[in-house]
Amino acid sequence: MGSQRVKFTFESTLVKVPIIYQLGHDFHLVTNIRRADVRENVGWVVLELDGEKEEIERGLQWVSSTGVRVDPVSGDVVEG
Amino acid sequence: MAFVNGLRCRECSREYPAEALNVCDFCFGPLEVVYDYATISEVVSRDRISQGPLSIWRYADLLPADSENRVDIMAGYTPLLKVPNLGKRLGLNNLYIKNDSVNPSYSFKDRVVSVAATKAIEFGFETLACASTGNLACSVAAHSARAGIRAIVFIPSDLERGKVIGAAVYGPTMVAVDGTYDEVNRLCSELADNYPWAFVNINMRPYYAEGSKTLGYEVAEQLGWRLPDHVVIPSASGAMFTKIWKGFNELACLGLLEGVDRLSFGPDQNTVHHPAVTTKMHMTQAVGCSPIVSAWAGGQSQIRPVRPDTIAKSLGIGNPADGIYSLRIINASDGSAFAVPEDQVVEGIKLLAETEGIFTETAGGVTISGLKHLAESGAIKSDELTVAYITGNGLKTQEAVEELVNPLMVKPTMSSFEEAMSERTLAGR
Repeated sequence: MGSQRVKFTFESTLVKVPIIYQLGHDFHLVTNIRRADVRENVGWVVLELDGEKEEIERGLQWVSSTGVRVDPVSGDVVEG
Repeated sequence: MAFVNGLRCRECSREYPAEALNVCDFCFGPLEVVYDYATISEVVSRDRISQGPLSIWRYADLLPADSENRVDIMAGYTPLLKVPNLGKRLGLNNLYIKNDSVNPSYSFKDRVVSVAATKAIEFGFETLACASTGNLACSVAAHSARAGIRAIVFIPSDLERGKVIGAAVYGPTMVAVDGTYDEVNRLCSELADNYPWAFVNINMRPYYAEGSKTLGYEVAEQLGWRLPDHVVIPSASGAMFTKIWKGFNELACLGLLEGVDRLSFGPDQNTVHHPAVTTKMHMTQAVGCSPIVSAWAGGQSQIRPVRPDTIAKSLGIGNPADGIYSLRIINASDGSAFAVPEDQVVEGIKLLAETEGIFTETAGGVTISGLKHLAESGAIKSDELTVAYITGNGLKTQEAVEELVNPLMVKPTMSSFEEAMSERTLAGR
């Protein structure tokens, strides 16, 4: 088992899609939202994922494939 | 000793002890250092600062690490130059350059890494780590060498060799990650959670970022304990931008500025704004990675992440951790944000080099081209005291200006030389 903290950023076309529900359902992950801000044209959600490590990895790949941006919660860490 | 009470979440205000943490366990918001300003105000003074070392550690009372065991390769106390030639070209009579390209590893990163390395050793870490495409890797490797601890530096596998030589020379363990920009980011965040290393800009970030406050302190001290009317700052994560502002306000609240009365910091130390701090904060980014500028220009309070595609690689952070806090400061200071077209980055480098003899990297080109825009648009008036921050050395990004190398080719004779010179003169070059 493992857990991961991530930030999802949604474009307007994806704001109404139940991505987090599907992520939990299809990859058997517990999704725990800690903070979010969803506006008309963009939204983000900071959440923790608990589950099998492989499923977390597969789940995040699936989320990325939908067009949702997946980032570390602390922002980008690769600096110049 | 450091006058630190602990850490506090910038979003939900939950408090934590001063440990190697960067994210609130409750809401995952960023943590910031909480200072004991009551004690600091009793000990700090201009005299005490002036008697300190000629490095960032002269401001040790305002930094979150114990200066007695500091890892100090003499970062900071860099020149603040009045630049009349550049000023004349831009129509600015009171223009200064804060030249941070002359730090020991040739960028402002030495300021933040010196603080992070000192704090890491205080916490008992034996390894200093980072993920970087250049300047940060050099600084982490250099400070680790000085401290006698291990350095592990993660770099993208497609990074040009020239970029990493400056870090490799200090002997770090260098790990080249074969993946996309996003994958490298995620891997390094995971590593920070799973290895007992001090990742300077992850688990050490609250302390690390504070080192940039010294860019504000120094400018004020070098101007005779007063603040400029305008500052122009290149931004990637936005951390340096927010910390320069914080530094100005700390000096004001502590009564260290000329003719300024002390003021309480209040419960949220990180949003304090002393009314005497009237400096307008101007941010510059390159068009190829300008998420903060885009948000400001669009009147947004949130940042939409981007994938960096810019010649100014040291500013290439697509999901800036301090983006929203930077936006608030731009607005609070009545400042601005401007995205420099990519083809004007080199123009900025050339302009600074040709007028003032300072060779900056691409981030500095962004600063100077942004400054030019501010002057031309009238946002900065000709007599207003303006400081532009140059944060890295041109030797780091020589490939950006490679096309400028165009020597006269002559045979070893006077006639050949004079003929070539004549042609060059006729061509007006």
